[in-house]
Amino acid sequence: MKRIVITGMGIYSCLGKNLEEVTQSLYAGKSGIGIDPMRKDYGYRSPLTGLVERPVLKGLLDRRSRVCLAEEGEYAYMATAEALRNANVDMDYLEKNEVGVLYGNDSSAKAVIEAHSTAMQYKDTQMMGSGAIFQSMNSTVTMNLSTIFKLRGINMTISAACASGSHAIGLGLMFIRNGLQDMVICGGAQETHYLSMGSFDGIGAFSIRVDDPTKASRPFDRDRDGLVPGGGAATVILEEYEHAVKRGAPIIAEVAGYGFSSNGGNISQPSDLGSSIAMERALRDAGVSAKEIDYINAHATSTVQGDAFEAMALDHLFTPYHTPISSTKSMTGHECWMAGASEIVYSNLMMLNSFIAPNLNFENPDEYSKNLNIIPQTIEKNIDLYLSNSFGFGGTNSALVIKKIK
Amino acid sequence: MQREEVIKTVNHFLVEEIEIEEKLLKEEALLKDDLGIDSLDFVDIVVIVEKNFGFKIKPEEMKDVRTLGQFYDYITEKVK
Repeated sequence: MKRIVITGMGIYSCLGKNLEEVTQSLYAGKSGIGIDPMRKDYGYRSPLTGLVERPVLKGLLDRRSRVCLAEEGEYAYMATAEALRNANVDMDYLEKNEVGVLYGNDSSAKAVIEAHSTAMQYKDTQMMGSGAIFQSMNSTVTMNLSTIFKLRGINMTISAACASGSHAIGLGLMFIRNGLQDMVICGGAQETHYLSMGSFDGIGAFSIRVDDPTKASRPFDRDRDGLVPGGGAATVILEEYEHAVKRGAPIIAEVAGYGFSSNGGNISQPSDLGSSIAMERALRDAGVSAKEIDYINAHATSTVQGDAFEAMALDHLFTPYHTPISSTKSMTGHECWMAGASEIVYSNLMMLNSFIAPNLNFENPDEYSKNLNIIPQTIEKNIDLYLSNSFGFGGTNSALVIKKIK
Repeated sequence: MQREEVIKTVNHFLVEEIEIEEKLLKEEALLKDDLGIDSLDFVDIVVIVEKNFGFKIKPEEMKDVRTLGQFYDYITEKVK
């Protein structure tokens, strides 16, 4: 069977604008969460969010490219440009070889809302301008990345709620494993503007611990009261192993296994059984057992229900092995459509630098997390094999097993 | 509004918003072939013209407008 490796990665998030900055934040356990004053005026229950600075693209991209990029597409461009640079893939290579793109994204609400506001003001759709349609579609990220980087392989967006980024990597693995592609750009993007998250806030999913924003996201902690939204984009370059070796590409890690499942029920409530099936399938696909896993990057978003169900599943599969677990969402907030990809980048950075980033604010366990080996502060640790979980609305589950290349 | 004033406003948005090089902005320049204005750019120009000059460009009135000079004339005529 073909082996699939990661030969480049890029990140743009509330922890930093590149791999180096993000590595420092992860190691230092530095939260990127703060207050967005606009959310209060808009009617949010919670103004908390991961604070992500918009990149300046003038000078990097021509006008047409910039006009068509929505906020999350801008982040995706930054992360992908970094990933391609690190993979030693330039425009000349992209023009001469068939490279695909499979990227997770599940909304472009700001662009849609702004276009609607323009229509209401002018009663004339033409006043929305030329970029609105290309920014508004769910596939905005892949349609723009494929245009900017002149891609000619598989080209589509994966929409699977908060598991989008993880499924995108899993599907990239499948395309390469089946011999259909040699290289696929995979990742996930998430808009952070206040216009994009109001309806999520509306169902009471967000933490209202506003007095100390960096304490608000507290996965697995007894006193958690909801998630904090975040965003940005993360990209990994997936490549067939022999192809990467022949190209002399830097090899960061192997994507060894992909597992998935659907809970078959409630639209918002997670399932310990469903998530266990995805994890076990990923382990089986990688040909490894639970006891070999050195680290688990949990999905845990800091919601009361979600963390409890994941804790039950992790307890069932991993407690006998005392496997170290952390949720980097304690630092980033929930990066939603991007999270499954960003958490692969975060975990790869930990693997490359032999440490486990902390699960911030884990002060007291609850009845479900009490048996888990949750890491509250950064520890030095060699990681050869890790598992990353991502779950989403509608009961979609994805798990990835990543292996160090020796 | 005088033609000179129209030229100043049009050139300003062509440089600042459509990002066309200033040295290309000559009366005889063809909008499509010399300035590279495509159909999507033109959508944005319609928006900018409405915001700057207060009228909406009608495509049928633009069919004989091929050069930048003719575009200045068209706008000058419309805002008279």
